[in-house]
Amino acid sequence: MDAHAHHGPAKGLTRWLFTTNHKDIGTMYMWFSFAMFILGGAFAMIIRAELFQPGLQMVNPEFFNQMLTLHGLVMVFGAIMPAFVGLANYMIPMMIGAPDMALPRMNNWSFWILPFAFAMLVSTLFMEGGSPNFGWTFYAPLSTTYAPPSVTFFIFSIHIMGMSSIMGAINIIATVINMRAPGMTYMKMPMFVWTWLITAFLLVAVMPVLAGAVTMMLMDIHFGTSFFSAAGGGDPVLFQHVFWFFGHPEVYIVILPAFGVVSQIIPTFARKPLFGYDSMVYATASIAFLSFLVWAHHMFTVGMPIAGELFFMYATLLIAVPTGVKVFNWVTTMFRGSMTFETPMLFCIGFIILFTIGGFTGVMLAIAPADFQYHDSYFVVAHFHYVMVAGAVFSMTAAIYYWLPKWTGKMYDETLGKTQFWIAFIGFNLAFFPQHFLGLAGMPRRIPDYALQFTNFNMLSSIGAFIYGGAQVLLGFNVIRTIVAGKPVNDPKVWDGAQGLEWTLPTPAPYHTFTTPPEVK
Amino acid sequence: MAEQTTPGHEPYYVPERSKLAIMAALGLFLSVFGAATFINSNSGKFSDAGGGGWLLTIGIAVFIAVLFSWFRTTIIENRAGMNSAQVRRSYVLGMQWFIFSEVMFFAVFFGSLYYVRVHVGPWLSGAGEKGVTTLLWSGFNFEWPLMQTPQEAVGGVANQMMANNGVFTGPERNLAFPGFKEMFAWLPLWNTVILLSSSFTVHVAHHALKADQRKKFTTWLLITVALGFIFVALQAVEYYEAYHHYGLKLSSGIYGTTFFMLTGFHGVHVIIGATMLLVQLLRTFKGHFTAEDHFGFEAASWYWHFVDVVWVGLFLFVYIL
Repeated sequence: MDAHAHHGPAKGLTRWLFTTNHKDIGTMYMWFSFAMFILGGAFAMIIRAELFQPGLQMVNPEFFNQMLTLHGLVMVFGAIMPAFVGLANYMIPMMIGAPDMALPRMNNWSFWILPFAFAMLVSTLFMEGGSPNFGWTFYAPLSTTYAPPSVTFFIFSIHIMGMSSIMGAINIIATVINMRAPGMTYMKMPMFVWTWLITAFLLVAVMPVLAGAVTMMLMDIHFGTSFFSAAGGGDPVLFQHVFWFFGHPEVYIVILPAFGVVSQIIPTFARKPLFGYDSMVYATASIAFLSFLVWAHHMFTVGMPIAGELFFMYATLLIAVPTGVKVFNWVTTMFRGSMTFETPMLFCIGFIILFTIGGFTGVMLAIAPADFQYHDSYFVVAHFHYVMVAGAVFSMTAAIYYWLPKWTGKMYDETLGKTQFWIAFIGFNLAFFPQHFLGLAGMPRRIPDYALQFTNFNMLSSIGAFIYGGAQVLLGFNVIRTIVAGKPVNDPKVWDGAQGLEWTLPTPAPYHTFTTPPEVK
Repeated sequence: MAEQTTPGHEPYYVPERSKLAIMAALGLFLSVFGAATFINSNSGKFSDAGGGGWLLTIGIAVFIAVLFSWFRTTIIENRAGMNSAQVRRSYVLGMQWFIFSEVMFFAVFFGSLYYVRVHVGPWLSGAGEKGVTTLLWSGFNFEWPLMQTPQEAVGGVANQMMANNGVFTGPERNLAFPGFKEMFAWLPLWNTVILLSSSFTVHVAHHALKADQRKKFTTWLLITVALGFIFVALQAVEYYEAYHHYGLKLSSGIYGTTFFMLTGFHGVHVIIGATMLLVQLLRTFKGHFTAEDHFGFEAASWYWHFVDVVWVGLFLFVYIL
């Protein structure tokens, strides 16, 4: 505690193993997430390669099921969530003028659980009976009565991932509530901090629910309980209720930080303050609140009473209102701004367009009678990839380009960045737009083979997926190239329209920042 | 600290590099990997590799050692005066939100109990528009506590479409409220009395500590811990009775399932809570707390009240209603 707290990081591997520094931990989260993104992407490539043509050519159906299960789990829990937790770790203390996260040692624990959890999850591929094969939503009884032995490992890896998420979320809540610099009132916080505060609340509320769901599975499989067996008086549909009570807030856990990122970046490149800051805060809170009341819209075809169908349909449609407020505010922020189109801005504009498409298909799916047609079809796959990939991943990519100069003190290659954007944008749309048509025409999701009339769109989709995958390799290359050989930047502000405390710090940000809190006016 | 500080600002203590986190992650990983291996090879469902038991034991040992060392470090830091009021607030927030996450964990099981009792049960016995289930489980009559499972109602596993679901045999007797006459011979009532009193005693202890009455504090805390462990012992008796004399088991259908899962998780939390309070008692003997600074105790007592509130819910929804 003393002088060497002021020094830079320790040397060697132990810097990362033993660190309590929010920037180190944020960095590890983001690299881990990128590794998982590549791994989950590789699984997706296997899926798309198999679906390039009808018939079975590359993998057998059992392995195909394992791939789509692991693709979903790795992407949601290993790539997207840790990416934003890492970003929160790195940026929130710098945005609110705090010296570090509130509970730094626990912060490191939250991170280091993840590599272990995913090693355990992916190791199931090499176990007898293969890895989990029941889809990332692991519906009972597929995941109980008919599950491979590796399901037990899957259950425990979900348990410890959940612990990691809960601790990470508690840390963020404590940081935001307790560590704001003097004068940084709640309604002066950057939107990214706001969205993360609300996301952290959602995490603490629903990760225990997921833990409950997998615990019930464990008990049903090994200890003779009958939560999900009608034979004992339980109900497989109970699993779906419990899972989606977690699962729906979960999708907002994924997307709210993305909203936050976009709300930071657009004002910078439109050179105007965010339009409707207050309404943005309230819209975020409303979305979070509503997210607890809509879970059964994932289950319209399960045979709910009509009153349930109607309630969940209307509650879901209601979410379009605060979401619309957000999109309106972003667009209005850009209206008559002095816009420039650097890579982060391109990704944000791409985000707004594509996320809005994903939002509209969401409204289509929310309408119960129509959903009877779309349910379990490729339309659903298209919908959630528009919000997860073009939503969360595009915004995370924007965040990387936006803050990379602040982190590394070097500027990325703008041409390469823009090239990556256009490849990603075209590849993404080529991969997922045709899936809307496939779904509407009746192609079911989660199958390794399909009827001949779906061939053309599937081929396009597979080509698009490989182009999109290539764009991610380019992202990795661009980031590493920046770190190794980027042009140095020394301007604290990096972008001339940037606002916020993190831009008052030197570039690159020193190892310890704001050990004395700044005064916020 | 050798940091430059503005007047009026206490620096926030950011701990040095620490091995605790990575070791805790390792301990957790060994525990769960061991547990999964052990369960897979012992539940009779899958045959799998051995060695899980050892891995589990080592994992738990590592984990406990790390937790011990971690709490020790935090206590030493606090006693060395490193924790400013702001740092302490972080710990307070951490505990509060941790308890909130625990509330949500119990909420899942209460929610499932609600769903099963209010919706699934009637549907299985043919209520509403769910005619199909009537075809599957004809003859099943829903009552709570569930004494006869749908499987039994249709004549057992032989008539069942999916025999690998398991065998669910309803209990002979249940632990529901026996009526006012026999109420005093009914264990859950006494358990309720014990746990509610313990919430009261810990409250008295807290007040004594704030008034700096040491003797009174340790006495009442001791009583609380004792009540906690008596509760656990009585729960063990109840479980023994249930298994051996009532035919009530985890596999007794959804009544046994929800009964044991809710009371079981609650029991585990009582053990954790009582252990937390016991540690605080041992710390008092070492003179750790002052009338102003005793968050370790306060956190444990919050946890204890939380466990108590969960029990009230259990008593109401699992035993009485």
